Amino acid sequence: MIVYILCFVLFLVGLYGVITRRNLIKIAISLSIMEFSIFLILVLIGYIDSGLAPIVDPGTPAQVYVDPLPQAMVLTAIVIGLATTAMLMAIAIRLYRKYKTFDIREINNLRG
Amino acid sequence: MKGMSIIVKKVAQLMAGLIFMYGIYIILHGHLTPGGGFAGGAIIAGAFILLILAFGSSALNLKKEIAGSSNTESIAILMVVVLALMALLFGTKIFFLNYLPKGEPGELLSAGVIPLYNIFIGIEVAGAILTIFLALVIFKEESSK
Amino acid sequence: MELTISIILGFMIIGAIYALHAKDLLSAVIAMGIVGYGLVICFLLLKAPDLAIVQIVVETITLVIMVAVILDSTRKEVEPAFDRRSLLNRIAGFIIFAGLFYFFLLAIENLDPLGMHSLGMADSYVNGAVELTGSVNLVSGVLFDFRAYDTLGEAVILYTAALGVLTLLRMKGKK
Repeated sequence: MIVYILCFVLFLVGLYGVITRRNLIKIAISLSIMEFSIFLILVLIGYIDSGLAPIVDPGTPAQVYVDPLPQAMVLTAIVIGLATTAMLMAIAIRLYRKYKTFDIREINNLRG
Repeated sequence: MKGMSIIVKKVAQLMAGLIFMYGIYIILHGHLTPGGGFAGGAIIAGAFILLILAFGSSALNLKKEIAGSSNTESIAILMVVVLALMALLFGTKIFFLNYLPKGEPGELLSAGVIPLYNIFIGIEVAGAILTIFLALVIFKEESSK
Repeated sequence: MELTISIILGFMIIGAIYALHAKDLLSAVIAMGIVGYGLVICFLLLKAPDLAIVQIVVETITLVIMVAVILDSTRKEVEPAFDRRSLLNRIAGFIIFAGLFYFFLLAIENLDPLGMHSLGMADSYVNGAVELTGSVNLVSGVLFDFRAYDTLGEAVILYTAALGVLTLLRMKGKK
């Protein structure tokens, strides 16, 4: 149970970063940290003690395997996380060229 | 962006070839060993990114590169949808059915239509990651002139 | 197993807290690498080799993209220490965190301890997968046969992100 609580603490650290940081790069880093904690919780739920990795050996069929369904979902989610971070970085570099700063309060104040 | 010294260039040429072969191996054996389309596609993109970083962007024709990678990823995802639609023609009319013969589990030519999906999704992922990286490099080049 | 993963999670939490409070942006990005690569070790310990391969390559590519974005900007972080607005933000944040933590403890009360067989639907996937799909790798069989729509959606998301970056970073006629 302590593992789940530590995963949630990592999620809260990421959430704290999104709420209170002013630098756009730090907001992107915190969003990525939140996603990593959720990946770990999903894979932890599907783990079975003394189970094997989910590659079936055709010689010896009936063994206990680790749950493959959360692993498939997390595989999809990792690639989606890459797409989100890449878009956020493109927006950040575009904003830096125009306003010369990464600070979100300054970007709010200057209009046009 | 300037290139790096000549030792880095020669080692990068050697390693990029080996990394490319490793990526193709992981894509083709996606139904037998861990890996599959996404891991192999990202590894192939890594090989190309290594070459771009080692030789610098002044040694490449960047507009042609990004046109090439963008066309490749578009054609690959079109082939994925065409493969899924072809299942509507064979037998039962279900979208996305696994219709090719299954074969022996454990052989290279088995598991129906899964190896073809692996190949096309691998090409698509490699093209997409390479397009993102090349767009960033071109933007940095043009805005620092 | 719980002890090992808890120690690695402890390192990840320390790395994450340092990444938030670093003065230099490059240090923050490298500290994010601690979280990413620690996750790879956790995946290997939890018997998920597919995920470890994908996470290590995607983390490297993410770090390269972030360093490329940071390197030609000012890397200093200007953050004034305490003005009233930021203090109010932090206090509101901590109250919300206490509430979320209480709800999380309520939610995991019904969860089995780590390592027990919690999910019942996995039995029908594992037992019939090799005959139904023909692939020996169960994760590939689940991804490309049982849940193929999710894979199609993910490919479309990655394609859209590539097109979006290409549209955002277009510099035509800005001479």
